[in-house]
Amino acid sequence: MSKFKKKTATSQDIPTSALPDIIFMLLFFFMVTTVMRETDLMVMQRIPQAEQLSKLQKKSLVSYIYIGQPKETERFGTEPRIQVNDVLIDPTGIVLFVNQEKDKLSEAEREQITMAMKVDREARMGIVSDVQQELRNANALKVLYTTTPESPVQL
Amino acid sequence: MARKKRGAAEVNAGSMADIAFLLLIFFLVTTTIASDKGLAIRLPPKPDPNEPPPEVKFNERNIFKVLVNSSDAMLVQGEPMSDAGRLKEDVKAFVLNRGRNPNLSESPDKAVVSFKTDRGTGYEKFIEVYDELKGAYYEIYAEELGITADQVRSLEAEGEPSLQERYKELRSEIPMQISIAEPSKAGGN
Repeated sequence: MSKFKKKTATSQDIPTSALPDIIFMLLFFFMVTTVMRETDLMVMQRIPQAEQLSKLQKKSLVSYIYIGQPKETERFGTEPRIQVNDVLIDPTGIVLFVNQEKDKLSEAEREQITMAMKVDREARMGIVSDVQQELRNANALKVLYTTTPESPVQL
Repeated sequence: MARKKRGAAEVNAGSMADIAFLLLIFFLVTTTIASDKGLAIRLPPKPDPNEPPPEVKFNERNIFKVLVNSSDAMLVQGEPMSDAGRLKEDVKAFVLNRGRNPNLSESPDKAVVSFKTDRGTGYEKFIEVYDELKGAYYEIYAEELGITADQVRSLEAEGEPSLQERYKELRSEIPMQISIAEPSKAGGN
């Protein structure tokens, strides 16, 4: 009988000292793999899916253009709009925006600038091609249509 | 003197986990997972206003025409097509024809895929079709190099130098010529 009694003397606590380590590991993982939200999105963004994706090489050379239906429809209407840097603009403002972005880069990298277009799937080609024409005018010829990888299950 | 037996000094780590969780949740909320993948396009440079537009003489048979109208219906080489999935095979047959079929391209380097949409065409349809067109070319490269299309796409960034060299040659032999025409005004905004 006494053989069994000895066991009850062990403490019932589960050692939790490893728990913070695990959480910190998760934390560091997220810190490394994610980026800070730099802009507040004012347009809807449901990114279409595609298969033939290429990855961006240099993140510093990338500027983003968002196109989609405004979230505040009572203020901005239901037509898809273009957003750059927290403001909604008309296609005519693209050239100025591109030049501002180019100024942030060094001389050698200026022609390498890539415009990533994040376009909502409900948008129409009209506005997309307007932006593209303006990008040609601004001499920013590398464009990336941001898409998500195709998942086997269609949403 | 009798000493009190001390247990190992332990820091109470329970609250540390809470703090870490708090930080974790903060990062989850304020950050986005970088999704910098997409379909890359190189736009043609702006035409020089001082120079007359170059005269383009294209043999009609070297152009593979894809039209998508404002109700997302497709017209491929003059024939309606309902399923974009078939496009890949058609493009591959067209590019790799090498003069055999008189209706298809003369040689791979002359073949041009022309993709035209309306202003009213949905963006999703555009991406779907463009994806297929690009996919056709990547599959051609993959078959020539004897690797998968996925590996071809990653070749642009990194890979064996010898393979990259061959890929470069292949690109000049069979250039990826997908021309995106300016959309027509129909059904747009």
